[in-house]
Amino acid sequence: MSATTTETHELATRARRLQLAAIYHAGSGHPGGSLSCTDLLVWLWQNAYREAVPNDAAGGEQFILSKGHAAPALYAVGAEFGLMTRDEALTLRKLGSPCQGHPHVVDLPWTGASTGSLGQGFSVGVGKALAMKHRKLAGFVTVILGDGELQEGECWEAAMSAAHHKLGNLIAVVDYNKLQSDDWNSAICGLEPLTDKWRSFGWRVLEVDGHDYDELDRVFAEARDGCSPAPTCIIAHTHKGQGVSFMEDSPLWHGSVCLTEEQLRDSLRDLGTPDDEINSWLEGSAPRG
Amino acid sequence: MVEATQTEAPTLIGKSGDSMREAFGHALVELAGEREDLVVLDADIAGGTGVHNFRDACPERFFQFGIAEQNMMAVAGGMASMGLRPVVTTFAVFCLRAVEQARLSIAYSKRKVLIAASHPGLDVGPDGGSAQCFEDMAAYRAIPGMTVLSPADPVEMRLATRAAIAHDGPVYMRTGRSPVRRLFDETHQFAIGRGTQLRDGTDVTLVACGVEVARALDAAELLAADGVSARVVNMPSIEPVDHELLAACARETRAFVTAEDHSVRGGLGSAVAESLATHLPRPIQFVGMRDEFGTSAEPDELAAHYGIDAHGIAAAARLALTR
Ligand SMILES: Cc1ncc(C[n+]2csc(CCOP(=O)(O)OP(=O)(O)O)c2C)c(N)n1
Ligand SMILES: [Mg+2]
Repeated sequence: MSATTTETHELATRARRLQLAAIYHAGSGHPGGSLSCTDLLVWLWQNAYREAVPNDAAGGEQFILSKGHAAPALYAVGAEFGLMTRDEALTLRKLGSPCQGHPHVVDLPWTGASTGSLGQGFSVGVGKALAMKHRKLAGFVTVILGDGELQEGECWEAAMSAAHHKLGNLIAVVDYNKLQSDDWNSAICGLEPLTDKWRSFGWRVLEVDGHDYDELDRVFAEARDGCSPAPTCIIAHTHKGQGVSFMEDSPLWHGSVCLTEEQLRDSLRDLGTPDDEINSWLEGSAPRG
Repeated sequence: MVEATQTEAPTLIGKSGDSMREAFGHALVELAGEREDLVVLDADIAGGTGVHNFRDACPERFFQFGIAEQNMMAVAGGMASMGLRPVVTTFAVFCLRAVEQARLSIAYSKRKVLIAASHPGLDVGPDGGSAQCFEDMAAYRAIPGMTVLSPADPVEMRLATRAAIAHDGPVYMRTGRSPVRRLFDETHQFAIGRGTQLRDGTDVTLVACGVEVARALDAAELLAADGVSARVVNMPSIEPVDHELLAACARETRAFVTAEDHSVRGGLGSAVAESLATHLPRPIQFVGMRDEFGTSAEPDELAAHYGIDAHGIAAAARLALTR
């Protein structure tokens, strides 16, 4: 693991602690799907959004969390990258907080789109990509989608239109944790063969381990090479609840759950959090540093 | 490393207590024993809508569509055309997503389908503005032939579910996630198109549906303390509304307040206003969401924030009586 990869891992661990503490203090929220896309978000903020915050209407990088229930991860990563304070991220779901249960673009313009109704963020992403192409603006639109979300017909309408309009500037990342709300995708409404589906809709498809930063470097480099006239789908194989052993790959932790003090303590320990920091998270203030 | 056994399973929000969704789920199980044709459709939120009860009891009559509400809605129309009695279940906000399918493939086609919407209005609380639906009753009420119901407690929910399944036409019915106060005992009666007077009063009539009924009863207490006599009417049938009962109240009280966990446009308030304007006009104040979206917080906290709690209803009554 390179030095930068270690640094990225540390950032992701901090973001995981913060989102879990936020869900605990909110008394509700979706830990499973938040943890599964945290590494994807960290990679994007660490690399693609280093120069400028995404979602400037004047152009440049655009980003949408279409699986809006993973908002705690987005806010936590936003806080780690200085878009808000950690204490602000801890106001998740509270009256008057800009950190609503699902991202709201009016409260937080850098979220790019108001989401929470699955499928719509993807279409909004197609709209952004189409406008950028039309206005000859540089930059990529990256949309993170849930796998269960792909059951929405709207996703395939969006996919078809993006290929038709040759949106080479659009990247759809599927957080393929194989679980959705009540059960495994395969038990609810099977998605396979998923790669073939995207290909047959006219997309370039790349696959990756969504928790491996070196692999993410490689796959995003290819997705962002600017060579493809077709939009790119990155199928990121992930684990729901990644980082917290008792949440991993379990439908129970999809949400919306109320974490007990014990559960927060156990999950923070699992993330290697020192005891004094755990107490600080439990009290509702972010540890310094 | 923490052992999986060391950490208990999570507590799902709103799972405990006496909620309308649980009453709805149990009513479906009861009905399943009475009619062979009853089938339930879900879009990956059975645990949220209360139909996990039905899924466990009658797995062969439970159909899973995944996160695809528009498809599910029109599929229900198709199943109804082939001798089944479908119940479509999802959250209110996602019923909104499939309004056009409900219009064409269910109502326009005269299919008998029950569309049951959990998590309406502020009930989703912390999920925030994107999930809080205040437009569903307005949208569904505008569809020709669509009955719109919003029962007030678990007892009434059971009766309304039975009535909706027996009804000769499509029905849109709100259920609810949060535990609610019991208002009725087993002698309670329910009929589509009928409301019930829960408290007598001579100055003003408070007409409410869903979770607002309990709040209207509390408002009547607040008003009584001020010497204002408020009548409370439970109106679980928003379309058709109980014209006779409203006309009687218009004769016997001077003013009206309507209260709903919904936009003041197009729901109960509009139904009552249209009825009174046609039959016996009276001053009305509308309690509900104004021209705005919701935000994250607990449902009761939000009810106070948006003025749709007992204090908001009482204030509206005082204002109505000055007009
Ligand atoms: C249109 C719509 N229908 C239903 C829901 C309720 N819901 C929220 S999350 C979820 C499951 C999502 O599964 P997936 O997309 O796989 O997300 P992840 O596993 O990454 O959490 C459902 C059904 C929703 N948010 N939007
Ligand atoms: Mg998933």
